[in-house]
Amino acid sequence: MSGAAIRFDNLTLGYDRHPAVHHLDGEVEAGSLLAICGPNGAGKSTLLKGITGALIPLSGSITLPDMKIRDVAYLPQAADLDKDFPITVFDLVAMGCWRRCGLFGGLSRSDSRVINDAISAVGLHGFEARIIGTLSGGQLQRMLFARLLVQNASLILLDEPFTAIDSKTVTDLLGVIARWHKEQRTVLVVLHDLDLVRSYFPQTLLLAREVIAKGETTSVLSPENLRRARSMIEAFDSEAHACARTA
Amino acid sequence: MQLQEMLVAPFTEFAFMRRALAGSIALAIASPPLGVFLIMRRMALTGDAVGHAILPGAALGYLLAGLSLGPMTIGGLVAGLAVAIGSGVVSRTTILREDTSLAAFYLISLSLGVTIVSVHGSNIDLLHVLFGSVLALDDTTLFLLATIASLTLLALALLYRPLVLETVDAGFLASVSRSGGVVQVAFLALVVLNLVGGFHALGTLLAVGMMMLPAAAARLMTLEMTAMLVIAVALGAAAGYAGLIISFYAGLPSGPVIIMTAGLFYLIALVFGPAGGFLRRLRPRRHLEG
Repeated sequence: MSGAAIRFDNLTLGYDRHPAVHHLDGEVEAGSLLAICGPNGAGKSTLLKGITGALIPLSGSITLPDMKIRDVAYLPQAADLDKDFPITVFDLVAMGCWRRCGLFGGLSRSDSRVINDAISAVGLHGFEARIIGTLSGGQLQRMLFARLLVQNASLILLDEPFTAIDSKTVTDLLGVIARWHKEQRTVLVVLHDLDLVRSYFPQTLLLAREVIAKGETTSVLSPENLRRARSMIEAFDSEAHACARTA
Repeated sequence: MQLQEMLVAPFTEFAFMRRALAGSIALAIASPPLGVFLIMRRMALTGDAVGHAILPGAALGYLLAGLSLGPMTIGGLVAGLAVAIGSGVVSRTTILREDTSLAAFYLISLSLGVTIVSVHGSNIDLLHVLFGSVLALDDTTLFLLATIASLTLLALALLYRPLVLETVDAGFLASVSRSGGVVQVAFLALVVLNLVGGFHALGTLLAVGMMMLPAAAARLMTLEMTAMLVIAVALGAAAGYAGLIISFYAGLPSGPVIIMTAGLFYLIALVFGPAGGFLRRLRPRRHLEG
């Protein structure tokens, strides 16, 4: 499957007229495994939110040529999850079926099998009946990955999925990501750990409000590029004028 | 046996007691499940706020037609729905969250209601509006309560999955569906509907009690959602029955005694509740092997 999964056209995303992502052009090929890196405030989370449609562009556009928004699965940086809610791991992972089951559809036997397989795939076999409030941070993250697996999406967006997670969980979840890549899904992952990126991600987008570099990981993460990225100013310019650039 | 007779006699002998019991049970079937969801959504005081919000509508209805079912119900519904839906819409389209927008609206509504009542009402009738008259439920009102209970159960069955989803992980629901807003508003509308039904029997101040107290007690007794809903309903019905019996023999006003009984269940659950009461915390059971 080739062709673009995501197309950016002179995209500017931001808050209150201040750009967090400035004049982004280009595309993400279908089936690619892309890491998104950059300093704090570089616009990485903003970019993901723009792709899901949660954020309306200040100018320019994002298009998903072959997909609907429902084909996109998104794991935010800080889950909105109410951990005190009395719900089991199985039921939470089953939420991933929403697109197929909707409001009333019961879970078919194949759905249940998919859910149980997903729970095993992330190493949580045996945890199906546990209430989510009893899980550790790493276990919660595994559970959220299981839900992503069940969603069966063509485009998967992960925002810093490994923050404060133990190394065994990270290794296991990287295995899940590799499996998605093999299944030719498009996967975008925002990451801070550059060593991890160099070891596991063939493509990288280095972002510092504007694109510093995009392409093959070793060339993108060169010392020169990293230095340019680091020199980006984090805070919004309170005295900025309207941007005169068109492209 | 003497005791058995005492527990049943008031209802076999007096029609108004039978109707009061039927009305209380109808309320107990519909309100506590909504209360459970209010608690899970950290909206426990919302019920209180909405209860106050329906006052101007009920007061207007009363002004125009006296203590009659139709106008007061419709008035209360209009006022309550306007506040509930308005605050839901505001919280989804501005930076204000549900709690702030609801607080703002209900205070406006309440001040309007108090103004209306103080200009035209008399004290005794005001008491009826505020505290209800569970012993004066006529057949039409009973029918209304039963209808509201059935509607609520039906709606909860339909909305259960998206409501749970919206409560546990609103962000996820928003990413896979556009029904989040509808669910939020529909839930609030159900709360209004039940408070309007409840206020005929228990008054605006106490209708919330039937919604929140059994639910809060149930929260302390189990960690499972379905069990919580069932226990809340059972406790509500028990409070209705016990409250009526106690008030009958003690010569006390029935509405408040029903709510006090529900309160007693809550206090007992607070101490003895298996899912988080005091005793469990003070003297935990021995831990398991693995």
